Amino acid sequence: MTLQLLLFLILAVIAIVAAIGMLVSRSAVYAALFLILDLLTIAVFFVLLNAPFIAVAQVSVYTGAIMVLFLFVIMLLGAERAAGEVRTITWQLPLAIVLGVVLLAEAVFIIVQQRNALPAVATQLPVDFGSPAQVGTSLFSNYLLPFEITSVLLLVGIVGAIVLTKSEKK
Amino acid sequence: MVSVNYYLALSVILFIIGALGVLIRRNAIIIFMSIELMLNAANLAFVAFARYWQAMSGQIFVFFIMTVAAAEVAIGLALIVTIFHTKSSIDVDQISTLKG
Repeated sequence: MTLQLLLFLILAVIAIVAAIGMLVSRSAVYAALFLILDLLTIAVFFVLLNAPFIAVAQVSVYTGAIMVLFLFVIMLLGAERAAGEVRTITWQLPLAIVLGVVLLAEAVFIIVQQRNALPAVATQLPVDFGSPAQVGTSLFSNYLLPFEITSVLLLVGIVGAIVLTKSEKK
Repeated sequence: MVSVNYYLALSVILFIIGALGVLIRRNAIIIFMSIELMLNAANLAFVAFARYWQAMSGQIFVFFIMTVAAAEVAIGLALIVTIFHTKSSIDVDQISTLKG
């Protein structure tokens, strides 16, 4: 139990440091690499939370496909130097930081105040909880219609991306 | 299992860092990455609650969020590429053509 907590804390520190690194890094490539580190730690959290299928999907879809697309576009545009961000709205940065701190304070207050609202978890899980077989059964029985709609959404995404980047013939 | 409160706290912190990224950074690609970070923070909360309530629905929902995020990234990056071709910049403050 304490070992799990220790693992959680180490991973949480890595995740938060990586997120802050993404927030402050000058180079867009470094930001993307920090985000990849963050997504990988979140995948480990998914494994800890008995969601192996979601963890594998996270690694392959997010860090595999989406972040490669990000890096590809960064290289393509030559936008890796994020320096020289010219601010035309000067009051936005301090206001954003103040509002972020206020939001964080509210969230901490709520979590600390409501920490006993959820009763202790039942530790006994079904052995196949979160297994690919169970995810598949649930996906193709209760969630069949959303699943099919998702495929249409992906098709629209593909067509949209092609139409947007296609050079117009004059 | 680590208490669900810890996962919620981590999820909230990651979400706030993502929101700050959207507000502070001016590079459109980094803003986009911050949005991905916020989606992942929500996913973490979903999976934590799925484990807590021992319900598969949370994990299925995360699966759908990932799919939507993939479609969103494809469209969004195509938009960024198009904007870069017309404006030669992806600084969101420079995209002010519609400003009155």
